[in-house]
Amino acid sequence: MAKLKELAAQKEKFVGGHRGCAGCGAAIIARQVLMAAENPVVVGAATGCLEVFSTIYPYSAWNVPYIHNAFENVAATMSGVEAAYKALKAKGKITKDLRFIAFGGDGGTYDIGIQSLSGMIERRHRVLYVCYNNEAYMNTGIQRSSATPRGAHTTTSPAGKVIPGKLQPRKNLTEIIIAHEPAYAAQATFGYWNDLITKVRKALAADGPSFINIYAPCRLGWAYAPEKTVKVSKMSVETCIWPLYEYEKGEYRITVKPKEKKPIDEFLNMQGRFGHLFKWKDDLPIREFQEEVDFIWKRLLKRSGTS
Amino acid sequence: MIVARTGNEAMAEAMRQINPDVVAAYPITPATEVVQLFSKFVNDGLVDTQFVPVESEHSACSACVGASAAGARVMTSTASQGLALMHEILFIAAGLRLPIVICLVNRSLSSPINIHCDHSDTLASRDAGWLQIYTENAQEAYDTTIQLVKIAEEILLPGIVSTDAFIISHGMERVELIDDKEIPKFLGERKLNYSLLDTENPITLGPLDLQDYFFEHKRSQIDAMNKVLPVIEKVQKEFGDKFGRHYSTVDEYKVDDAEVAILVMGSTGGTAKVAVERLREKGKKVGLIRTRVYRPFPKDAMTKALSKVKVVGVMDRSDTLSTLGGHLYNDVRSILYKAEKQPLMKNYVYGLGGRDISIEEIEDIYDELLNIQKSGKVAKDIVYFGVRGE
Repeated sequence: MAKLKELAAQKEKFVGGHRGCAGCGAAIIARQVLMAAENPVVVGAATGCLEVFSTIYPYSAWNVPYIHNAFENVAATMSGVEAAYKALKAKGKITKDLRFIAFGGDGGTYDIGIQSLSGMIERRHRVLYVCYNNEAYMNTGIQRSSATPRGAHTTTSPAGKVIPGKLQPRKNLTEIIIAHEPAYAAQATFGYWNDLITKVRKALAADGPSFINIYAPCRLGWAYAPEKTVKVSKMSVETCIWPLYEYEKGEYRITVKPKEKKPIDEFLNMQGRFGHLFKWKDDLPIREFQEEVDFIWKRLLKRSGTS
Repeated sequence: MIVARTGNEAMAEAMRQINPDVVAAYPITPATEVVQLFSKFVNDGLVDTQFVPVESEHSACSACVGASAAGARVMTSTASQGLALMHEILFIAAGLRLPIVICLVNRSLSSPINIHCDHSDTLASRDAGWLQIYTENAQEAYDTTIQLVKIAEEILLPGIVSTDAFIISHGMERVELIDDKEIPKFLGERKLNYSLLDTENPITLGPLDLQDYFFEHKRSQIDAMNKVLPVIEKVQKEFGDKFGRHYSTVDEYKVDDAEVAILVMGSTGGTAKVAVERLREKGKKVGLIRTRVYRPFPKDAMTKALSKVKVVGVMDRSDTLSTLGGHLYNDVRSILYKAEKQPLMKNYVYGLGGRDISIEEIEDIYDELLNIQKSGKVAKDIVYFGVRGE
């Protein structure tokens, strides 16, 4: 259990002054993840919001070594960094015990970077891959990704007169990663900071590849007031839109179980991206979304042996 | 030690002796053997390398970027579509000034799909900011692989050393190997100004670089390319002095007193030498120019060589698909614009998709060039040589 006072007393590894939006979820994630790391870390980032707003030359928000290569290849890039570390450590050129963290948005992870990520895990590189999942291509101006939930309005799945936003359900990337049998996998969100910190520590301690899919509310793309970011993050868990769980050695564990599972309306109505669903001719889009959330939640309860 | 080796085996032997820290690679015909042999060296404990068997060439190049940024000596191998898939990351490796070396086998690019030799793959990447050296035989491929690691690390630019598909990659030749322990001595350790693994002195690599700084950074990369030729010459000389095999950026064969010459890259150089010998026996004054180094373009050495002859036939194993003929032809025409002596020039695009070129065909080309010399006229600037219907 991390102590807030101790975390707050640390030297910042991801500093303020960057150009993230007020209320940016991705920035909170970068800060919390690095806060959790107890060993010195080397970070890689895929092209995306985080990369853009944190490293506009000659400024950098990163007080740790950082590399950005391209959009779809942060996992391969960090595979190379980790391989170099192993080679140079074996030769005695490096003595420290380092950890490696890759950050990618959902576009860079679920879509264009999935091959690179799959390869990194299959080859068992000891890298923690963090997907800061804001459920669309926010950096290019809010286009749909395979992480975008059904019903959501994006600029390439607009809420139209005959089609109410995105028609397809989200890809369940966490389960795809679990099928790779990583050393550790989890879902987290910063509204439950202690849960997030604990998961990052477990992932970094695991002897092998690890993956954390971190839900990253985006005030711009999700259309809500900046000060509501943490509330939206928490509501995603309370409605089971974003279940917090972990997977290790064949075992599923729900780490935060909502006391009372709220209907998804309470999450949806906080955000402009779902506003049109409440004005739609029927309740079908919301009902289908609720059914999907219930299905995944029930399956998770079963898999984790929770009732 | 004198051994029999194919081009691929020779390159793999060079990699074994270089003993890079990281090799990230993906199989592709006809370069697969390089990776395959090297992974055997890894598993037999003959090298200390971390071998990263990636899931694509895109990831191969990406992992090489990460490893090189972390301070490792890094190599890979590929061909054709593999290099094309790396294309995006080639520019990033060069822009980040990472001295990665690719042992490449030149194979035509699809479509149509074909596994045999032409130079369309590397030439499509000529503007990526990588050094490019084309070799004539297995010995040169072996020697150049070793040289290129040293050149790349000194100037901080990545480089490609290539052989012609099957002709060299799979052709067995006599190769003189240097003693294992000489190679680390020749190369030394990679010197680092910065490393991604130095957590005490964190650096941000690959930041967003906008209107106010991008141009200066790009200019400094261009400047490095401008300064690399003397480095190549220095390393070639060091190598020659130490191991007895001397190389130049532009190879001249019987050009000094020649009336006409052909200009080539790669294995055709070897074939053309025989043609030169035969024609010389008949009293014909013909010569051969072969550019080893293509990027950066060895402008001065090339101008000097070309100025010695009255007619030059530029043989391109590629076409720019621009109505302007082959790549080499365009480069050479460009550098001669301000030259005092401008030879007559004809472009022969040949050998695409591995179409064979024989000694006799090269003799025919020389005869045509000699006729051009007599008439002073080039009837057609660009011809496609050895293709049906031409």
